[in-house]
Amino acid sequence: MTAQLLFFYFGGMTVAGAIVAVASPNLVYSALALLLTFIHIAGIYVLLNAEFIAAVQIIVYAGAILVLYLFVLMLFNPEKEKLYLHRQYPVGIFLGVVVLCLMLFAAFKTEILGQEGSFTVEAVRSMGHTDAIGRVLYTDYIFPFEIASLILLVAMFGSILLAGRGRHLRKRGEAFDLSGGGTPPEGKPKRSDEVMVGR
Amino acid sequence: MIPIEWFITLGFFLFAIGIAGVLIRRNIIMVLLSIELILNSANITFVAYSYQHQSVTGQMMVFFILTMAAAEVALGLALVIALYRVRSVMNVDEINILKW
Repeated sequence: MTAQLLFFYFGGMTVAGAIVAVASPNLVYSALALLLTFIHIAGIYVLLNAEFIAAVQIIVYAGAILVLYLFVLMLFNPEKEKLYLHRQYPVGIFLGVVVLCLMLFAAFKTEILGQEGSFTVEAVRSMGHTDAIGRVLYTDYIFPFEIASLILLVAMFGSILLAGRGRHLRKRGEAFDLSGGGTPPEGKPKRSDEVMVGR
Repeated sequence: MIPIEWFITLGFFLFAIGIAGVLIRRNIIMVLLSIELILNSANITFVAYSYQHQSVTGQMMVFFILTMAAAEVALGLALVIALYRVRSVMNVDEINILKW
């Protein structure tokens, strides 16, 4: 009974935060409502006996990703827009409802096949969830793990190249930035100026 | 004991809200935020089925989705910043240079 009450609290706050995040005209309010959603999703993970994933959810999503969003919002200083919804928003809401109905239908009308694994609740509790995760992650999934680290490395290089201001441009004191980091083509500087100035 | 269908339904609701957010918002940062909601709904579904099947394979998937989400956010926001520097737009309807 307590678990069900907790589920209703966490689930209700999750959905409410998501709706506020999507529907609020103020972008900072949206980001903070998303923070509420992420923290309550961590509560859902605890109800599902996945404590380590709950901790990772709070650290990575609420700690890193959302702070990144807030930093970008702080850079842009967005004003409250009058027309923050697309003009076709009834179609968007309708498609969302259609997708929801289709997924509910598909999930609950299907017989789920699958073998029971060896990580029962008691086994996970006795060895610890972090231990259970680590055993599988560093044996069976070591190759995807390495690929994930490579993905993070590429994302780091890519975002530095995309968002960083090129040194050659700053030296020449130009107001714009060809946001690729590379030197602009010497053969056709006029064209690059045209593209940049004619914004 | 909470039935597993509740968790799945919660994940689906989050997914539908995220889809609606991608479709109805005009600001590109909000589109990226809604994609985060969709990835979180996938995570909830993975963890719920992994709990039901008494396996941790689904939770491995959550880790890789998390990695991909972090990379996607970093790259997406870098693209937004670069685009805003060049063209000063944040509205997805005005980002149409690549359209023929």
